[in-house]
Amino acid sequence: MSADKLWITWAGMALLALIPILIQVFELPVFYTEMFCRIMILALAAMSLDLILGFGGMVSFGHAVYLGIGSYTVGIFSFYEIDNGFIQFPATLVICGIFALLIGMMSLRTSGVYFIMITLAFAQMVFFLGISLEEFGGDDGMPVYRSEFGGWIDLNDPLSFYYFVFAILLLLLFLCHRIIHSRFGMVLQGCKSNEARMQALGFPTYRYKLAAFVISGMICGIAGALFANWNEFVSPAIMHWTRSGDLLIMVILGGMGTLFGPVLGTVLFLLLEEYLPEWMDALLFPGAGEHWMGVMGPLLILLVLFARGGIHSLLGRLRIRNG
Amino acid sequence: MAEILLKTEKLTKSFGGLVAISELSMEVEEGEIHAVIGPNGAGKTTLIAQLSGSLRPDSGSIFFQNQDITQLPEYRRSSLGLARSFQITSVLQNFSALDNVALAVQAQAGHSFRFWSKARKATDLREPALNVLEKIGLSERVDVPASSLSHGEQRQLELAMALATRPKMLLLDEPMAGMGVEESQRMVEVLAELKGTHTLVLIEHDMDAVFALADRITVLVYGQSIACDTPPNIRSNPEVRKAYLGEGEESSETFVDE
Repeated sequence: MSADKLWITWAGMALLALIPILIQVFELPVFYTEMFCRIMILALAAMSLDLILGFGGMVSFGHAVYLGIGSYTVGIFSFYEIDNGFIQFPATLVICGIFALLIGMMSLRTSGVYFIMITLAFAQMVFFLGISLEEFGGDDGMPVYRSEFGGWIDLNDPLSFYYFVFAILLLLLFLCHRIIHSRFGMVLQGCKSNEARMQALGFPTYRYKLAAFVISGMICGIAGALFANWNEFVSPAIMHWTRSGDLLIMVILGGMGTLFGPVLGTVLFLLLEEYLPEWMDALLFPGAGEHWMGVMGPLLILLVLFARGGIHSLLGRLRIRNG
Repeated sequence: MAEILLKTEKLTKSFGGLVAISELSMEVEEGEIHAVIGPNGAGKTTLIAQLSGSLRPDSGSIFFQNQDITQLPEYRRSSLGLARSFQITSVLQNFSALDNVALAVQAQAGHSFRFWSKARKATDLREPALNVLEKIGLSERVDVPASSLSHGEQRQLELAMALATRPKMLLLDEPMAGMGVEESQRMVEVLAELKGTHTLVLIEHDMDAVFALADRITVLVYGQSIACDTPPNIRSNPEVRKAYLGEGEESSETFVDE
């Protein structure tokens, strides 16, 4: 049962569409456009995680691995001087799909805490694989040239890059919206609600969950490919396990079981990550900003305790109160 | 004699040292209501779980329409026409009543690897689901989330979901558990209506319902069948009385459940 309030999605996307324009009107540095571009890329990753977490009940604690694989796909193509995005992006989909299939096939034989641990274990394996790839920079990573799209889209132009990411986010939000409400989506949500019942009804639940796991991994891979482009650099740090934790926080913060909630969660999380240290330095004492997690942590606990549906449900309640 | 729809041969299942079902052989004829009764812990739910496929027997075999289904996974059995309801209500709580039943229809309407068109707009799912809900007496409550239905309504929904998979045989695990008198009566009526069109294996503690509905009754004690006969014969069977009432209470006139 999708709890998405469509007006929140429309309002949020409209705002994201306007941001570069507002930045130009107020003559703010282009840095802000780039910052929101990064936010949208990671929002895409968080949304892909919520597809299996919020709708399928699968707590993947290794979702950053697909960010990593997507990044490295673009990175390695770039290393061999194949910069064509029309090759890189489909290849990312295929490679992330294969990895998600293999990881999912094994992980989905378990459930609960074991599922969490085994997805983490696979992510760590790929993380250390990244470190061992001396040719591609190992621990230090390697630079990446931005993808080229035959002159159609110039990713070196911040504005083009921004709207390229925006278009992909919009497209995938719509795609996931259709998936959630399709027959497949109903089965997926049924598995989250009561898997034993779904099996008794005659659904081979393993296959459906695996398919969702693969779709989620592929979408996250696209986010990874975009991230490598944004960063012009790729290193194993992108798939560190703390990044998987960040993705979980973004989803929970924004509202599990909604598609746009994770986008909101990502915006809040990354803006806090950016500005909380500055505010703390200014308001408390110089150097206080280093301990921004000390404020972030309690904030997260408060949100989980008092707004179980995250920011999305807070906004939803706002609307009801105002009529 | 009617055809045998379901048959078990020397079915055995134990949990650690506890033997739940011991070399049980039974037959269910097509079209009958076959009740399974027995004291608590006799292995009734374990039997249903093995018939439906959520538990595998340690040994023995299960035949459905003369096909050995002992090793078939649960979802394959339900596509053959075996449907199960649960003793502890097992519906999809955050789905509406209609969504629950439509999903049951969907389970037998081909694969669900369909990612685009809206499932809630699919008339081939919604209409059969509405028909089942009407039959079961929930047509006023179709849009209510399952979690907001009363206990009795959830039991009805449970049965509606099993029915919506269009089964040949229904395995009903205490459909009247925890129901009030009126709700029970309504459920007995619904089950009586199914007689003839469906074959039912019915586990129930409500003896009035069992004796009113059943064509034959199997009595399970410690995982073994001690009797399988028509209701009047079961009522007068001394071994059954002993199992239920304990020794030294022969004077008891009517058959009562504990």
